[in-house]
Amino acid sequence: MLRYAFKRLISLLISLVVASVVIFAVIEVAPGDPASFMLGVNAQEDTLAALRAELGLDVSNAQRYLDWVGGMLVGDFGTSYTYRTPVSQMIADRMWVSLPLALYALILSTLIAFPAGIYAAARRGKPGDLTVMGATQLGIAVPNFWFAMMLVLIFAINLRWFNAGGFAGWNKGLWAGLHSLTLPAIALALPQAAILARVMRSSLLDILGEDFMRTARAKGLTYRQALWRHGVRNALIPVLTILGLQFSFLLAGAIIIEQVFYLPGLGRLVFQAISARDLIVVESVVMLLVFAVITVNFLVDLAYAAVDPRLRSRT
Amino acid sequence: MTKQTFRTFVSALAMGASLFATQALAKSDITIAMQLEPPHLDPTSAAAQAIDSVVYTNIFEGLTRFMGDGSVVPGLAESWEISEDGTVYTFKLREGVTFHDGTTMDAEDVKFSLDRALAEDSANAQKALFAAIASVEVADPLTVTVTLSEPNGNFLFNMAWGDAVIVAPDSIDNIKTNPVGTGAFTFGEWVQGDSITLNRNPDYWGDQPALETATFKFISDPTAAFAAMMAEDVDVFDNFPAPENLPQFEADPRFQVLVGSTEGETILSTNNKQPPFDDIRVRQALAHAIDRQAIIDGAMFGYGTPIGTHFAPHNPAYVDLTGNSAYDPKKAAKLLADAGYEEGFETTLHLPPPSYARRGGEIIAAQLAEVGITAEIINVEWAQWLESVFKGKDFGLTIVSHTEPMDIGIYARPDYYFQYDSLDAQTLIETLNTTTDPEERNRLLGEMQRLIANDYVNGYLFQLAKLGVAKAGVQGLWKNAPTAAIDLTQISWSE
Repeated sequence: MLRYAFKRLISLLISLVVASVVIFAVIEVAPGDPASFMLGVNAQEDTLAALRAELGLDVSNAQRYLDWVGGMLVGDFGTSYTYRTPVSQMIADRMWVSLPLALYALILSTLIAFPAGIYAAARRGKPGDLTVMGATQLGIAVPNFWFAMMLVLIFAINLRWFNAGGFAGWNKGLWAGLHSLTLPAIALALPQAAILARVMRSSLLDILGEDFMRTARAKGLTYRQALWRHGVRNALIPVLTILGLQFSFLLAGAIIIEQVFYLPGLGRLVFQAISARDLIVVESVVMLLVFAVITVNFLVDLAYAAVDPRLRSRT
Repeated sequence: MTKQTFRTFVSALAMGASLFATQALAKSDITIAMQLEPPHLDPTSAAAQAIDSVVYTNIFEGLTRFMGDGSVVPGLAESWEISEDGTVYTFKLREGVTFHDGTTMDAEDVKFSLDRALAEDSANAQKALFAAIASVEVADPLTVTVTLSEPNGNFLFNMAWGDAVIVAPDSIDNIKTNPVGTGAFTFGEWVQGDSITLNRNPDYWGDQPALETATFKFISDPTAAFAAMMAEDVDVFDNFPAPENLPQFEADPRFQVLVGSTEGETILSTNNKQPPFDDIRVRQALAHAIDRQAIIDGAMFGYGTPIGTHFAPHNPAYVDLTGNSAYDPKKAAKLLADAGYEEGFETTLHLPPPSYARRGGEIIAAQLAEVGITAEIINVEWAQWLESVFKGKDFGLTIVSHTEPMDIGIYARPDYYFQYDSLDAQTLIETLNTTTDPEERNRLLGEMQRLIANDYVNGYLFQLAKLGVAKAGVQGLWKNAPTAAIDLTQISWSE
């Protein structure tokens, strides 16, 4: 097991190094000088040179890459070109919006998807099943930004139950914070819920055809009891896998939703940084997301290996 | 109930109560939305207009200042004297002005601010504004003498820019995140990505403003802008990004729409050195092939004033030269034939992100196609535009709004990206810069406008409109934008 974990760790490190090179190269290759973007069309050459020196842009690319990676190793993500504040501080601030939003959306999508999927599986082929499946089809097809606009139109502009956007801030209290994240979370959650409901349904249908389900009925359980006690529990495994994948999607997929609701989250930070050529911010945030995904995969690999000894021997 | 939750509960109640209390009194707070967030808050070291929108006249003040109608009036300088030959300006400063950190603003601070802008390692984006300054001397604590190397008719105008505000020497290290000025508002809080709050400065030297606090919110998406306004989450949208929605606000008694003018001359910029545009007949053909009104209607939903030269129509020195390049596709085709392009030619049209460029570009490409010119549309981001078009000069045509006030001087710079090299223009601008008599200046400006119109340097399209939307009760907003600014000192709520 240790040997296996060590091997996975080595491949994780290699992935990170490759990712950092690719990210740096791709972002630096795109044309556009951050200094001339910041100083505009009337800037004089000497002013530009002074700013470039101040930003540390006057050294070679290789040197800048090494500085960047070296800094990250000790937790220093550098200083934003435009905001002039430490990138790690900015990321931490934005996380307080993006992470709760992703969690909120995940909980909502679970709350919608589980009952819907179980209900549809239990009524396979009946009108209830067809309605739920039709709704999920729609949920997958509708783009979430459009759906977000519809939510704003109905609940913010007409009914006035919510603000059209913006984030109240956690210092105004838990309720105010959650309130301002509700519409974005719904907009994010619904397409995910639609996918999850379909997975839940098909996974449960597979289980319902298994021999142990027939045995459960034969020993005297009602259909309902068998469904809940043996069916749903076993059907959860693939559903949880999808749920895990969705979380990283929710974190990254919030870019558009954060624009529509003008939330000060990670997605908006990246969006602003890209248009302002704040390269260091873009690179660091992307690197952080890559790190999160690779680490989650690493942990999942270990968990699989712990559960299934065959995986250990094979590698 | 634990002690902690009880405390939260009580403070929540108190908060609710205080909310009611402020609503009962006359409103003294305002939420103003703008599209872009400032990168930082130092107007003297960046070109971003969003910085000026937040801090100009609110936090920072200069020796002189712009008013909403574009006039230049005394700011921190109470009065000034100009020497006979126009090279020595003696500024008399206001007495009893303090910075927000409590220190006194005096002649030393003015010298410091101007020297800082002029310095070798200065990061000032408009360094040219200060180019005429030879030296700055402190005569006494309230008197500053600025000596110019040659007379400059624009000097007082230049000193009104946001890039020329007076800063506190002790605050320089943190100016980007904690700006310290002399204005009627002090910096409160900045929630990055979301909002900036300013508070009234009780020690302000001038009249106390009506507002107690002002919050700037940053909403970049046009649809979100519409929703925020409609849901009344914000009170004012400084420059509303979706002109197509304005009729809806106009019809709604809850709102007012302010249509004004900016300093932005929107032009079809032409690479004067790149064949075939080095031939004046081709450039003239371009001018006659373009139907300005169709572009204003199609791209800007009717908002914008047609221009026939590179000058703002609201300026007294403006000359209407739109007739010079009237829409006449037949004439355009004939001019092209004369120049040897009966079959037309192919070129590129680089379009930066703003909708005037992207939408206008589609229409212009279609209009050019009618006279046989095939313009390949290339959409670019600003950073790319600066790199390839502005610096690299690698383009045929591009659409851009030149938003700096009084920027006709760019036509005297042969290395400027559209590469118009005319000795006449250069001499004219040189004369203009050293002329201080207002009437003579207007005459020279008129001559310059005619010159660049007759040389068909660029396709002159329209003056970019400023489209403000506000709640009906908001008073004192600037209708026009002589410079990027949201002057809070003038804003109040009607009863």
